[in-house]
Amino acid sequence: MRSFVPDYELVVAARLNDALDMLAEGWRPIAGGTDLMVLFNAGKLPYRKLVSIRRVKELSSIEESETEISIGAAVTYTHIRQHPVLRQEFPLLCSAASWTGSIANQNRGTLGGNIINASPAADSSPVLLVYDAELELISLRGTRRIPYCDFHLGYKKMQIRDDELLRSIHLPRKTENRRSYIRKVGPRQAQAISKVCFAATARLRGSAIDEVRIAAGSVAPVPLRCHATESVLRGQSISPDLIETAANAIAAEVQPITDIRSTRDYRRAVTANLLKQFLQTLA
Amino acid sequence: MNTSNDARGFRPNRREFVETAVAGAVAGALPSDAQSPAAPASTECTLRVNGETHRLDLDPRVSLLDLLREHLQLTGTKKGCDHGQCGACTVLVNGRRINSCLTFAVMHDGDEITTIEGLARGAELHPLQAAFIEHDGLQCGYCTPGQICSAVALLSELKAGAPSFVTPNIADLKPLELTEDEIRERMSGNICRCGAYVGIVAAIRSVAEGQKA
Repeated sequence: MRSFVPDYELVVAARLNDALDMLAEGWRPIAGGTDLMVLFNAGKLPYRKLVSIRRVKELSSIEESETEISIGAAVTYTHIRQHPVLRQEFPLLCSAASWTGSIANQNRGTLGGNIINASPAADSSPVLLVYDAELELISLRGTRRIPYCDFHLGYKKMQIRDDELLRSIHLPRKTENRRSYIRKVGPRQAQAISKVCFAATARLRGSAIDEVRIAAGSVAPVPLRCHATESVLRGQSISPDLIETAANAIAAEVQPITDIRSTRDYRRAVTANLLKQFLQTLA
Repeated sequence: MNTSNDARGFRPNRREFVETAVAGAVAGALPSDAQSPAAPASTECTLRVNGETHRLDLDPRVSLLDLLREHLQLTGTKKGCDHGQCGACTVLVNGRRINSCLTFAVMHDGDEITTIEGLARGAELHPLQAAFIEHDGLQCGYCTPGQICSAVALLSELKAGAPSFVTPNIADLKPLELTEDEIRERMSGNICRCGAYVGIVAAIRSVAEGQKA
């Protein structure tokens, strides 16, 4: 199974600037290759000129400052899964990393690649949404930061220009005292793509929900932050009635489709059930 | 199973007759700029494979798997699905397991690759190879090189304390306990269609416990 690929080039960039020069000339980035190689092997990779960014040092480290953790776009899932600060402060990200593909895939696949591949079923996306991630984009023209919740515009459409590279993912270190919940529903954990993936965090003040963030994948054309459902919950105390109202709200808020992996109705029902399970852990 | 320009078996170094035979059929389905298949510039790189240095001048389209099997004649590494789902092509790159079908060889300049052929020391099998035989960790054997390479990496990941999906509390940095669940989860990227999983888990467990003792 090798596609007919007569016209195709690959160059390994050693430095960030070399990669940016090439992007400005129309080359496209390849990181771990765990998504692009599947397209390549099937003859469906539209790009003809690829620049590998795996050897670029600036993209491969996890930096800590007092206010945020910054993950280079080419940091692998394995690196994330094993990072002590991430494990303690951002456990949902480590959980999502641990069930993305197999360990062999996690050794190559990168968080930045997962974001730019822009699958609405990506397991890391709901996590980045509930952690209020910001993306840093870089090009020869400079850098800019945008909130991750504004990044996906539509199915595989993103706020990134062709000459821009995702440089890093910033996570604000304000997860203290937050309760968190994550669950992937799929045929099996390893390898399988999610039917629904769901992540949420909340902070309680007394019995009331002071702060809540909810996001889900595979339920809309983009990874979805569920703002309407959050506003139903904010300031309220957990009760059976509230749980029911919130479940109805999220069932209305998600817009899943029927495809090879699941049906619209199943995804909608499961998302509501996952929300209920999360809220029950808060009670 | 797919569109007309899929799965045409284009391989730069063999089966040229297939290439010639399908070229006419395929050309019509490709964008016009692809109709003159000028080979891209080859790339020089050096890979260490099973301790041996190979200086290569490679077509950048060659996957690491095809390099091993068809350029270096190391056919122990198997091609199963060729898109990262079955694990038959698992090899170690700088000690870490990866699917060799999902990466281009030229991206591994300077890397140390270990395949199933590089595990034994002369006539002395690697402990995992011996344990797979001892515990019947295979039936047809096609997935076995990938299973064993994966298991070699598993043991070093366990030593390094890397958590997995079934590790009870991911935020807890305590040393890991090797349960059967941990072995099964960590081997879940390697599929065995004969269903020799019981023997595979037993083989890995026996080696891990032997190392602890």
